[in-house]
Amino acid sequence: MTVTVPILRQGSALIASIQEDLCDSDILNLQSRILEDVIRYRANAVIIDVSAIGILDSFGTKTLIEIAHSVKLRGAKMIIVGIQPDVAISMVLLGLTLKDIPTALDLDHGLALIGET
Amino acid sequence: MQVPAPLDAMVQAIRRDADVISARQMGRALAEDLGFSRPDQALVATAISELARNIVVYADHGEIELTALQQGDRQGIRIIARDHGPGIADLERALCDGFSTGNSLGLGLPGTRRIMDEFDIRSPPGGGVTIIAVKWHLR
Repeated sequence: MTVTVPILRQGSALIASIQEDLCDSDILNLQSRILEDVIRYRANAVIIDVSAIGILDSFGTKTLIEIAHSVKLRGAKMIIVGIQPDVAISMVLLGLTLKDIPTALDLDHGLALIGET
Repeated sequence: MQVPAPLDAMVQAIRRDADVISARQMGRALAEDLGFSRPDQALVATAISELARNIVVYADHGEIELTALQQGDRQGIRIIARDHGPGIADLERALCDGFSTGNSLGLGLPGTRRIMDEFDIRSPPGGGVTIIAVKWHLR
């Protein structure tokens, strides 16, 4: 069972809304598709909406950090939006941080951060 | 000595990464049934996710067994992660933040130990790893 996360375009930004818990190969698939789309559409920002997911473990976090760093090397910026309170608590207790990746409360706030509202 | 598994033990075989999701969903559902708070449900699911992934990555296959526990006025979930892989050569280092023999953040095992109330890991000579972790909550 493969889950393909839809990647939408809004202006010069890409928005990937994760709708359900992803397995590791789905996350890796999302990673390569985001990087392809950033290049294909010359996107200057990527927003990943994680509000629908109930768990972000070490692999998921590591991959999000990798995506953000790759996107940054392309000259674009990545924002993670919608981390649920329970997920945030688990991440902190587990020792996971998103380092310097910008986060926002929800998609609206994320769009505001990149000037797309 | 073989200890009989309690009747309500649930076992999820772990062979591929989709099984990791099944195991953690099973754990979250059990935690919810037992009345764990939402943050604690997430912690149980996260712990299972880390332990199950280690099985896929380092041991190829194994299993996650979940059991509901009752002790006085508290209820708990016991997670047993079992595999017959090569084992862990240096348990002490494996439990240090940031140590990984794979390509990971090295937070899975130490992080899981932090978020659970009880944690025991065994990797006897000859291979295989068994991890027993328990999360409690007051009713």
